[in-house]
Amino acid sequence: MSTETLEKPIVKKEAIFSKRRKKFVIDPLSDDNPITIQVLGICSALAVTTQMKPTMVMAISVTMVLILSNLIISLMRNIIPSRVRIIVQLAVVATLVTLVNEVLKAYAFDMYKELSVFIGLIITNCIVMGRLEAFALGNKPYDSMLDGLGSGLGYSWIILTVAFFRELFGSGKVFGYPVFEAIGMDNLATNGLMVSPVGAFMVLGFIIWVQRTKTGYVEH
Amino acid sequence: MRQSNTYIIVFSLILTAVLGGLLSGVSQVLGPTQKKAQDLDTKKQILGAIPAEKAKLGDMSPQEILDRYAEVISSEVADYEGNLVTTNEKGEPLVAENVNIEKNYKKPAEERVYPVFKYRNGSEVAYILPTYGAGLWDAIWGFVALNEDLETIKGVTFSHKGETPGLGARITTDEVQERYQGKSIVENQELVSVTMIKGEGNPPSKLDDTKVDGLAGATLTANGVNAMLLNYLGYYQAYFNKHSANADAMSMNNQ
Repeated sequence: MSTETLEKPIVKKEAIFSKRRKKFVIDPLSDDNPITIQVLGICSALAVTTQMKPTMVMAISVTMVLILSNLIISLMRNIIPSRVRIIVQLAVVATLVTLVNEVLKAYAFDMYKELSVFIGLIITNCIVMGRLEAFALGNKPYDSMLDGLGSGLGYSWIILTVAFFRELFGSGKVFGYPVFEAIGMDNLATNGLMVSPVGAFMVLGFIIWVQRTKTGYVEH
Repeated sequence: MRQSNTYIIVFSLILTAVLGGLLSGVSQVLGPTQKKAQDLDTKKQILGAIPAEKAKLGDMSPQEILDRYAEVISSEVADYEGNLVTTNEKGEPLVAENVNIEKNYKKPAEERVYPVFKYRNGSEVAYILPTYGAGLWDAIWGFVALNEDLETIKGVTFSHKGETPGLGARITTDEVQERYQGKSIVENQELVSVTMIKGEGNPPSKLDDTKVDGLAGATLTANGVNAMLLNYLGYYQAYFNKHSANADAMSMNNQ
């Protein structure tokens, strides 16, 4: 009985935001961004980004799902049978996504109508499964949550940036507010290309271009 | 670590039970709120078919919308022959707002039920009819408000499930829906519905009382809208033949 306590190695308590932990959150923002570097989650980056508002909801939902699924899988990491781990991950993610969907249906019905197809597709968002496999299965709960938060934020800022340009040039608005009208350019023609997925590819391409020029990242 | 088969099976069973229990619990708890949200959404769409009401909807709180709806809308359900129906197959009372148009659409036209929403604001009367059909990619639906003469359109709202953004999806915009206002669905005493013609920016000479300007690049969606309107306006003719006279007489009595 008392042997148990003896076996535990004595560890110095790590700061809540130690350097190592900060890296979990900051890395995915740029150097290891899920969309622009790992090229995951592209489908949703194309599908939902025609307007800022639904994109915002999508970003928050994916981040929530990432944090919670990372936490849950990390808590269970020692009892999950390795032979069925993918199914277990899938079940946990699917449950969380369904919860998000149900909550939206109850409290934001307009968003639910617009997004329910895409929300369901969070299940297949490679970022979620990717983080579970690569991180949560081998790390402690708190670290896993930070990792989820980091990847979620990395995903969010990219799709929000894409949505900003698509909504601005595609519909002349930002968050539904007619920007061009407000500054007196009523008759500026909007660009239909930006509303179609092609526009998302182009904006995404520009972001990757700018980012890689700055960071000097090269694909091998 | 390699676990035994028994461990894996027991683990899976427990996981399934926990997750399943969680989901059904949440669905039970959120159920009533979801139903309210859905109800509000339907009523918003119905009121939205009247242009004057639609303009006000944006500034109204959910409760104000429900109050306004209760004030100006009365509803009933008719069958294909135009007779009023008050109960469903199981004998439960039938509420027009709860009739699922999509489910009805899957039945043959003769077996469907047809809700009618009567709008009355002072002396202004309109009939709001739900419609449902197929667009280019997926379902389209909407509400059409007919003026008291049953021949001209007061307003329309359209929704869709998966039309192309920027092309067919434009049927949800005010700009397109406003084109229908004041158009006639009758020509030479015959129901012709309103047709959205091919191409956009057509000269006025090509448009008349029963035609509206089309959608560039979305002719197939427009065809879907045309078919939907013609079908559903046709289905309601029996109801109007039997009941519009009564309705008029009743409104006279009320005044």
